[in-house]
Formats: sequence, C-alpha cells, structure tokens
Amino acid sequence: MPSARSLGRSKLVWPLAALGCLLLFNFFFTPNFFRMEVKEGHLYGNLIDILKNAAPIMLLAIGLTLVIATKGIDISVGSVVAISAGVVAILLGGDLAGHPKYPLAVAIVVALLAATAAGVWNGILVSRIGLQPIIATLILFVAGRGIAMVLTNAMVVWLYVKPFAVFGQGYLLGLPFSIYLVAGLLLLTALVTRRTAIGLFIESVGINPTAARFSGINAKNVLLGVYVFSGFCAGVSGLVVCSTVMSADGNNAGNLFELDAILAVVLGGTSLNGGKFYLVGSMVGALIIQTLTTTIYAFNVAPEISQVVKALVVYAVSLLQSEKFRRRIAGVFVRGRTVA
Amino acid sequence: MTRRLLNDRSLPVLVILALFLIMFGWGSVAYTGFFSVQNFLNLFIDNAYLLILAVGMTFVIISGGIDLSVGSMLGLATMIAASLLEKQHLNPLLVILIVLLVGTALGFFMGCLIQFFDLPPFIITLAGLYLGRGLCYVVSIDTIAISDKFFQDAAHSQVKLIGDNFLSPSAVIGLVVVAVGAYVLHYTRFGRTVYAIGGNEQSALLMGLPVARTKIGIYALSGFCSALAGVVFTFYTLSGYALDGKGMELDAIATVVIGGTLLTGGAGSALGTVLGVLVYGTIQVLIVFQGTLNSWWTRIVIGFLVFLFCFLQRLFEARKGATAVGSISQEPAATAGG
Amino acid sequence: MPEDAPILEMRKITKVFPGVKALSSVDFRLFRGEVHAIMGQNGAGKSTLVKVLTGVHEPDSGEMLLEGKAIRPDSPFAAQKLGISTVYQEVNLCPNLSVAENMFIGRQPMRFGRIHWRELNRRAEEALKRLNVAIDVTQVLSSYSIAIQQMVAIARVLDVSSKILILDEPTSSLDETEVKRLFGLIRTLRDQGLAILFITHFLDQTYAISDRITVLKNGDFCGEYRTAELPKLELIARMLGKELSEFRHAAEQAARKKAPAEPRQGAPVLRIRQLGLRGSIAPFDLDLDEREVLGLAGLLGSGRTEMAKLIFGIDSPNQGEIQVNGKKANISSPRAAMMEGMGFCPEDRKNEGVLGELTVRENVILALQARKGLLRFIPLKKQLEIAGKLIESLKIKTPSAESAALQLSGGNLQKVMLARWLATDPSVLILDEPTRGIDVGAKLEIMELILNLSRQGMGVIFISSEFEEVVRCSDRVAVLRDHAKVGELSGQDLDERNILRTIAEGR
Repeated sequence: MPSARSLGRSKLVWPLAALGCLLLFNFFFTPNFFRMEVKEGHLYGNLIDILKNAAPIMLLAIGLTLVIATKGIDISVGSVVAISAGVVAILLGGDLAGHPKYPLAVAIVVALLAATAAGVWNGILVSRIGLQPIIATLILFVAGRGIAMVLTNAMVVWLYVKPFAVFGQGYLLGLPFSIYLVAGLLLLTALVTRRTAIGLFIESVGINPTAARFSGINAKNVLLGVYVFSGFCAGVSGLVVCSTVMSADGNNAGNLFELDAILAVVLGGTSLNGGKFYLVGSMVGALIIQTLTTTIYAFNVAPEISQVVKALVVYAVSLLQSEKFRRRIAGVFVRGRTVA
Repeated sequence: MTRRLLNDRSLPVLVILALFLIMFGWGSVAYTGFFSVQNFLNLFIDNAYLLILAVGMTFVIISGGIDLSVGSMLGLATMIAASLLEKQHLNPLLVILIVLLVGTALGFFMGCLIQFFDLPPFIITLAGLYLGRGLCYVVSIDTIAISDKFFQDAAHSQVKLIGDNFLSPSAVIGLVVVAVGAYVLHYTRFGRTVYAIGGNEQSALLMGLPVARTKIGIYALSGFCSALAGVVFTFYTLSGYALDGKGMELDAIATVVIGGTLLTGGAGSALGTVLGVLVYGTIQVLIVFQGTLNSWWTRIVIGFLVFLFCFLQRLFEARKGATAVGSISQEPAATAGG
Repeated sequence: MPEDAPILEMRKITKVFPGVKALSSVDFRLFRGEVHAIMGQNGAGKSTLVKVLTGVHEPDSGEMLLEGKAIRPDSPFAAQKLGISTVYQEVNLCPNLSVAENMFIGRQPMRFGRIHWRELNRRAEEALKRLNVAIDVTQVLSSYSIAIQQMVAIARVLDVSSKILILDEPTSSLDETEVKRLFGLIRTLRDQGLAILFITHFLDQTYAISDRITVLKNGDFCGEYRTAELPKLELIARMLGKELSEFRHAAEQAARKKAPAEPRQGAPVLRIRQLGLRGSIAPFDLDLDEREVLGLAGLLGSGRTEMAKLIFGIDSPNQGEIQVNGKKANISSPRAAMMEGMGFCPEDRKNEGVLGELTVRENVILALQARKGLLRFIPLKKQLEIAGKLIESLKIKTPSAESAALQLSGGNLQKVMLARWLATDPSVLILDEPTRGIDVGAKLEIMELILNLSRQGMGVIFISSEFEEVVRCSDRVAVLRDHAKVGELSGQDLDERNILRTIAEGR
C-alpha cells in the first residue's frame, strides 16, 4: 500500500521538521549539546537524557493517541500514574535493607492491574453510561490523586529494592532501559492496531460513530477498549516514574502529565477531532516537548518557565486545527491575492 | 406529580441542602465540639477563596464551558500581588487593582480564543493552566513573604457578629461575591443569556442574543474571580508562592457540580454552589474530627460525589429523553433537501 | 379569501449553487389571511426559496416585495426585523428556560435596572392567552410537549411583531391530537389576518390547512393553485413533474414490457410482522423472498427511511417481530442485523455511510471486518484483492484503492457503500435512495446492479422517490404514506399510476 505509507510519512514531516529545527537551534547555540560520552559502558549526553526523560510521557501518549483517535480525551492519566506508583511502592515497602514486602513481579502486576482498573472505570463511564469523556475522566482526575495519597498515607515512600530501579535508571546495551519499554509498547501497539482490525475500528469510530455503527462495528466496546488501554499505559508510565526517583510521591508523581501527553499526541498529527492516528508522530511530539524543556534548561532558565512556551505551543496548534481560523487565514490570503 | 417535582429547578438545591444538613448534623451528633455557630461560620472563613473561584466557575459551567485555569490563575495572582508589594512597594489598593485587571485580561484572552475560533474550552483553559503556572515562575521562583500592613490587617482582623461569633474580611468578600453572582445570574440580561447559551447556543444565536459578547464575558469574569480569589488567598498565607492553588480548579469544578450545576450546561445557581462549598468544607472538617483518616480522603469523597451527581444527572437526562416524544429518526433529507 | 394586493411577492427568483441551479426564475406570492403551502420533492427548491426569503441565502437575481416595498434581508435576524418570522421543526428555543423567559429573553422588561420577573410572566401569560394556550408560564420549556413548545415559539415571534409566519415542517414530530391543536392555532392566526407559509411533507395536512399551493420541481416553478381546485392525484403528478396522461402511457408500456405476473420465485428470507415504533412508523407487515427486489415507494417523509432503519436495527421497535430465514431474529442493533445477513446503504451517504478520511479499501472491507471480528484480521493482500475485485466489478472510478474516499463523486461513493455490503455477501440488502444525487449514467449502472444481485439470489429492498425507477427495478412494491404502509402492488398492477393512486387514496 504505497500511497497509504507515503501519506503516513507526509503526516510525520511536520513534527519531525519541528524536532529538527529545535535540534538545529541547539547545534548552533547550545555548547556541547550533542556531545556523547561513554561511562561504564553506558551512553551519556543530552540526547540520551531527552529520550530518558521523555519516556513517561511517551508511554502515556501511546494510550492517549488511541483515545484521542476516537474523539475522546483522558485527563486522568496523571492521577493514574500516581496510583500505579503508589501501589507498587506500598507493595515493595520502604525496607531500608531492600527486601521487598511482596515479590517484585507481584507488585508490578498488581500496580498495572490497578491502573487498568482505573481505565475500565473511565471506559464504562464513557461507553456505557454515556458521560462526555472530559467529564468522565475528570472524576478520576480529582479522586485519583486522593487515592494515591491515601495508599501511601500521604507520605513520600522511598524504595530501596535495587532490582526495581531498572525501569527508570537501568541500562541495556548502553541505552536507558525505559527506552526499550517505550519501544516495546509502541511496537506492540502498532502491531496490534495495524495488524488487526482494531486500528481501523478506532479510526472509524473517531471519524463518524454513526457510520461506524451502521457498518456493524460495536462502537461501545471500541471506546471501552481504548480507555482501558490508556489506563494500562499510565500504569507502565507510573512504574517508570516511581523507579526513576525510587520513591512514590502521590502529590507530585505524574503531576500535569496529562497536558504534556495530550500536547505530544496533538503535535504528532493526531487531531483532537478524532480519526486517523499517528503513534510514531505522538512519540516525536513527546520528544519535541522534552527537547524544548532541555533547551530552556540549557539556557539556565528555570525549567518551569517552559510551561509558558508549552501553553503558547498549544494555542498555536489548536489555532492551526481550527476550521474557523484556517478559513479566516485563507480569506485574508485570497483577498490579498485579488488586491494584488 | 413526581415529574413535576423533578422538573422543579429548586430540586437540586434542596437535595444538596439536605446533604449538607445530614453531614453537619451527623458531625454534631458524632463529635463533641463540632456543632457551634462559629464552626459553621468557619466553613466560610476557611473556604472564602474557593467560594469566589466557584462562583466564577458556576457562570462558566452553566454556559456549557469549563475553565481549568482558575487554580493557576489564583497562584499567579498571589505571585503578582506579593511581587508588586514587596519588590515594587506599590500601594496595596493599586496592587489589588492590577492583579484583578491581569486576571480579567487573561480570562478575556482565553474567551476570545474559544469564541472566535471555535476552540474547545477545556483545551484552551488547560493551556491557560500551564500559562498561569509558567508566568508564576517568570515572576519569581521563590516564595515571597508579604509584610505589607494592609494585607496583614486583612489577614488578622475579624468582623464581629452577634455574640462572640465573627467572620474574616475574606469570608465577607466571598459572601459579597456570592450575592453579586446570584443577582447577576437571576436579574440581569447577561445572566439570563448565560443560561440560554448553556441550554442551546444555536437557539440563543437565532433569538438574537449577544452570544459572542456574553461568552467572552463569562471567561473574563472567571478570570476576575480567580484573581480576586488569589488576593483573598494571600490574606491567609501572607505570601506569594508559585504552587498556590494547585489542583484548585478541580475543587472549584467539584463544588459547582455538587451544588447542582449541570456539567452539560443550562442549569445551576450560585446558591447551590455555596452549598457545594459548604459540603466540601464539612467533609474536610469531618475528616479532621475523625482523626485517623488523612486529609486526602476529602479528594476521594469529592470525586465520588462528582461521580454520583454526574451519574444522577445522566439518568435524569435519559429519563427525560424517554418521556419526551420518543426517538424519532428524522429522515435526513427532510432537513437537507428542498 | 382576500384578493387584494399580496403582502409578499417574490419575482423571478434565481439561485445558483456551484453546479446546481437550485431555483430558476421562481415566482411566489403570499396574501394576508391565507395559509400557503409549498410542495415539491427532494431538491425541488422549497428550502432554498424559504432560505432566500429569510435572508440565509442571497438570490442571484429576482426581487422581493414586502407590502410593495423591495426588501433584501441579509440574515434571519434582518428578516425577522422586517416581520418575516420562522418557526422550525426543531424548536429554536432554550429547553432549560421557563416558557415566559423563552418568549422575552433579550428584551425582558426591566425595572430599577433589573429584570422585572412578575411583569415578564404576566406578559407571557397574556400573549399565550391570545393564542388560546393556557399553561403555567413559569415552568421550564422542556416540561411541555413539542406541540406546546412550538406554540410558544410562535407566540414569541408574533410578539416580536410578525407580518409573515413561516412554519417549516412544524408537524413532523407531533401526534394527531397535537397536530389538530396546532392547526386550530394556525386557523385563528389566519383569521386574524396573518400571512402564513406552511411547509410539510404530509399530503393530508396540506389539504387540511392550506388555502393555496405552490408547486416546485427541480428548482422550477410549476404553478400556483387554490387547494380546493387541485385534486390530490394531480398534485402528486405535478410534484413529480408529469402530466397525468404520461402516467397512463408509461403504465401501458410497462404492462407490455413485463411478463405476466411470475409466481414468487424464491424462499422467504425476511418475514416481518406488525413491526412498528410509535412516532416513527405505524406497525407494518413485510415479506421479502430470495431473488426478489421489493420497492418501497412513497413521497419524501412518508416513512421509507424509518421503515428501513427499523428493519436494520438502528431504531428499536416497540412492537412486532422479524423472522430471518424462518427463524425469529432478535435484531437489536445494526451489528445484530449484519450478523443475520443484512446490509444497509443509508440515504445520507456523507454522514451515515462513507467514512471520508478512510481509503476506499478500508471503506470497502469495513463491514466484512466488523463481521469477522477484531482478531480475524483480513490480511492486507486479501483486503486489496477484495477491494480491487469490487472496484472493478462495480466500476468504481477511483485513482486507486488507497485514495481517500472523500475524493470520490456521489455515484462512486454510492458504489463504495454497495461494495462494503457486497463484500459481506448478504442475503438481504436494503438500499435507501441509492440513485439520489448521482448522474444518469451511474443511476442506470446501479439499477442494473440491483437486478443482477437479485438474479444471483439476494433479496433487495429498494427505496427511491423516483417511482419510475421503483417500477422498473422491483418485482413488488410496498407503498407508504404519512408514516404508514398503505398498500402493496405487484405484477400487472405495478405501474406508476397505481402507486400514485395508492398514495392519493391512502387506505
């Protein structure tokens, strides 16, 4: 299917170009931005840091891409990250000697199950009860962080279970382990959506739920599925976040992640109006956001200020996706031409 | 008979009032020292800033929109106020005026984006949340303590009521905002247009109502309320801190929804919102009195209440749909063709 | 009927949209104290004419005179200021506000700078009383029936002061008693001297309420008649743009061409008994055999689409049952219908059928894939094969199977829809207006296809407002009118004239 491929590729052009520009800017203005070092067999450098720091958002963006493709939204992902981190932390326990309370595998599975359960909750509210996605996921957005804090008894739980550190800090073949997690989940999702009918069904529901229903697609189950998956992705992201700092802080873990993830998806070319989705685009989007943060950081500006830039990017992207704005711009353009 | 009762616009307010009375009553029975007039007044004193935020949010949600930026706008207001007072040493009244103007202007800006370019309010205000937080750090990264006398006085003075009971100036401001909000919603054309837009924006346009002006006005108003809430918040903390008001947008939305305002727009009241804030405050106090639960249970209970109210609203909606004319599938051509 | 100067005259109104002449030199006049109906089929130009009158569209040429003065409203709001008010079938009010507020919002009586609620309620009550509507005006609008809501909408526009009242399909969602009540109100207003323009698809209602009828066909003016002087059969003929004699001729031809009534050929695939949905379509019986084309004939709004949607499980019936191949089937969703071997091409291809952003291939295999389920994925090669075969056999003109469907023309989109269902190899195929809005060549191809499919054993339900096509394609025709099945024609009886007669006479 040559033309479909090239269409996918052309959609990737813009996010890649944006990322390229950012990197180019750094090449000229940020000293040593591209320098790589090998220490103890691991690669170090800004580029590796960007990949590593973007990993949690990338994981969220994978799930969110599918949700947004159905014309939905999941703003609870940040809270679910906190829940997942909280669950794994209390199951491993804060034992200073590093003996886990429960086996590591159990802790991880239970944390992922908890996050998936959160997704099931969201999915049921959207697909069965018929709440608007923003309202449905608002509930966990509110309560989720409370649940995380109650789990950890409102304290930051520090972890000393060495093997768990691999998710956020470990290295494999010279690269951070979290990158393999992202790559694995991405590959799996791409395979499942593109090598089964799921991707087609998701896009159909996003483009036109009525037409999809008339074609015999069970739109309700498609919706349920994407929210469940989004919950699962948030769970994986929570593990990485928790492992990176070896602690679970219900109040700050995953704070404002939802906006970064939504922004990543939108930057990657998937429209908030649903329809065609671009998983790789979302990954590039997440990298753009992280590169931006790193760039700002490199200029010794407080990284928090990058939020202003992010906000402006969101405004710009929303404007570009706005039918009304495009028409107005087109109107100006046409008028300009007739005058000239 | 039941249908008539359900359709009664005062029903949601009655439900929430009952909920509040049950909670407050239960606390009074279960815990000694819970019931007192001052404890009731304390609910207003402790939550005045939330009350102000929630009143602004009530307008937004009645119109069918949402404003996720209010918490960070509150934070920004505290930062600007503290910075202007302590670093520029401006007159405190002038500072308050500037803060209010900035808040209103940011709300106005977001309203324009939403109205003129048909952008989803939640995306625009979510970005506003970022913008506000980011601007906080632009003002200052550190906490700025406020030593200004006017603010100190506002923080420490009491407004005496009958007996030994009192309110704080913040609580008084909060109650005034509620009164003004209720008046505007009920007695002005602007207020009624807010309801009309929430009911059916298309119809509102066809009826010749000033939809664009009103919608922008709503977000400007919400920005104003956030800024005012920020000023009031500094009366508590006597400082400006970039993380002030974190997550408060959720508290505001939750209290508005619990107060009976439909998240889909078109119905709600400022009085209901006050009751929503009182319920919120009572839950917090109850959890304090209970002693063993940590304060984050408030969040969970609030989340549950939001779910409950959304769920009930949805059920009610579905029932209303069923009792109406029935699902007539319109022949599409009837509207499309000639 | 007063015969003084008309309050409104529209002269030689022409409106061209890209590619379509929606109105060509149409005349229309409206008198005080009369109810004037505009009749016409789909695309006749009714709504365009009304939209020109209400300022939604600007006419390309022609003039409009209101009380002898030239007008040119540029928005519905401007038209309303001139005294031309419209009440739509979808009541354009706010359901969440009280009746009184809906009537006065935007111009509420004020006192001391605030809304004077008591005065507002009093005025609303009075205004409604003048229309013989006595209700509690402080209740929210949504607590009243659509009929009452419509009356409130009428009261609102009258209170703004109205010279001309346009009622656009006001009765579509009303039951019989509500219609009667509304008509009572319309008569009262007419007798008070108001000029009323009434648009409806219901023939009976046109005759019950209107004094005068203007007929349009394909954007052309076909004549203005006094209702009393225009027999129903003739009205239908005019709407279809034919002389009655032509039908006679066509009937003879058809009789000559068709073989004498063949016995029913195949086994019954679909057996429907007393299926119905209140407010949508009255209970009906319908049978469909293998190798049979069953036509559904009726004017626009007669309930054809409603019938199809009920059969395909899109709407849930509140009575009756469907048997597929002799077994009772529980068809609760389109998916269930598909699993029973049905397919449905909706009339509104753009909004209910084709997924424009998907490729032609994806559109074609969608239903088949939905039928197979998520996991039994059709490999890409197989997909291309299926799509390619159907593109070829249906002669779909597309740059490639991988082109986005929205680039295709109407006729080709229709074929894509057909291809989607043919890929599932259905035993029953329901086609709602498959020939509408496509060029003549494509029309013929699609009709040829329908006949071919039935020859291969499929049972086809074919819906069209072109009776000629229905007669040409169908073995049997069920006739609908005013949301009910009123008759069935087959064999020798099956010709256009009999369809018309069945529609005109009703049951």
